[in-house]
Amino acid sequence: MKRILPYPFFAAILLLAWLLLNESVSPGAVVFGAIVAVVISWIMVSLEVPRTILRRPLAAIRLAFAVLVEIVRSNNAVARIILSSNKRDRRSGFVRIPLDTRNPYSLAALACIITATPGTLWVEYDSVDNTMLLHVLDLIDEEEWVKIIKERYESRLMEIFS
Amino acid sequence: MTQAVDLPDWAALLTAFLLIVGAGLALIGSFGLLRLKNFYDRIHAPTLGTTLGIGSILIASMVFHSVTQQRFVIHELLITVLMVVTTPVTLMLLARAALFRDRLEGSDIVPPRYQSARPSDKPENQ
Amino acid sequence: MIMTLLSWSILVAQGLLGLAMLCAALRILRGPRAQDRVLGLDTLYVNAAMLLLVFGIRTGSTVYFEAALVIALLGFVATAALAKFLMRGEIIE
Repeated sequence: MKRILPYPFFAAILLLAWLLLNESVSPGAVVFGAIVAVVISWIMVSLEVPRTILRRPLAAIRLAFAVLVEIVRSNNAVARIILSSNKRDRRSGFVRIPLDTRNPYSLAALACIITATPGTLWVEYDSVDNTMLLHVLDLIDEEEWVKIIKERYESRLMEIFS
Repeated sequence: MTQAVDLPDWAALLTAFLLIVGAGLALIGSFGLLRLKNFYDRIHAPTLGTTLGIGSILIASMVFHSVTQQRFVIHELLITVLMVVTTPVTLMLLARAALFRDRLEGSDIVPPRYQSARPSDKPENQ
Repeated sequence: MIMTLLSWSILVAQGLLGLAMLCAALRILRGPRAQDRVLGLDTLYVNAAMLLLVFGIRTGSTVYFEAALVIALLGFVATAALAKFLMRGEIIE
């Protein structure tokens, strides 16, 4: 089984993308999409992607919803910053945040979440010290951001990825 | 607009609203690209267009085409997934490239590399 | 009545997106540094993809969807390659 279909989840997503592109679920499209999905997942084997287990799918869905809410909220905040006149003294800057997780999937997910949220940007990761550099558009308190990143996202990601 | 004669009111209103919101957010983002003062501020601005901006236009497109063609047209989800995956990657690569170039030039707006293990090489009395 | 509202809002959305593309193009022209220009180009790509989706709604055809998908993909590849180039001076290491 593992030899025929090394990454079943990845292959299923590829098949789904193929069907969406073709806009049909006719047998021909399904068969051809399945062949493409299986062949591409064989190619993935030679890339040696590290394996992971999604331990708590429900927690992942809750996190995705929380991120969506946060994106809408900070879209509003950043739009206000751009449109407001420069009366208020806004300060942007870098914050160095120490991390606890070293799991590559948690780190990748954390980087994508932080960068996709307007107003915060993941700039750099230091694998020796396990710290990251965050750039914040509206920086009020450095300690506050360390707490937000660690409590809101990192602890939940550590629960999700084992 | 000849195909859209049989569009119900709610779908037309929803599409119009989402289109204006999406295009407005894209414009605010691009305007921020012009207005903000330095590169690390500016890189936050286009995120408005690439998250909620393109998101609402994609939802508008899905609603409109699904209602007018009387079937589910959801292939816009592919662009959604593509944007969700690619936007953070491009922005992170660009930010790292900018950081690298600024450090190379010895610019003082970027922090130096973090060196907790080694003793600080900054002069103490400055 | 509602249909005129929709067609007007499509026009307005196209105008807003056109202005957004103008802003991004100005940033490409102005610079001041290479990374600013690349960021402007990335924004231009995303705005172009959105404009194509609005065109799709205006004409009622789904053909524009594929063009938007291709533009979004090309924008990603172009920006990633340019960012690599800025960092190392070459794209494929």
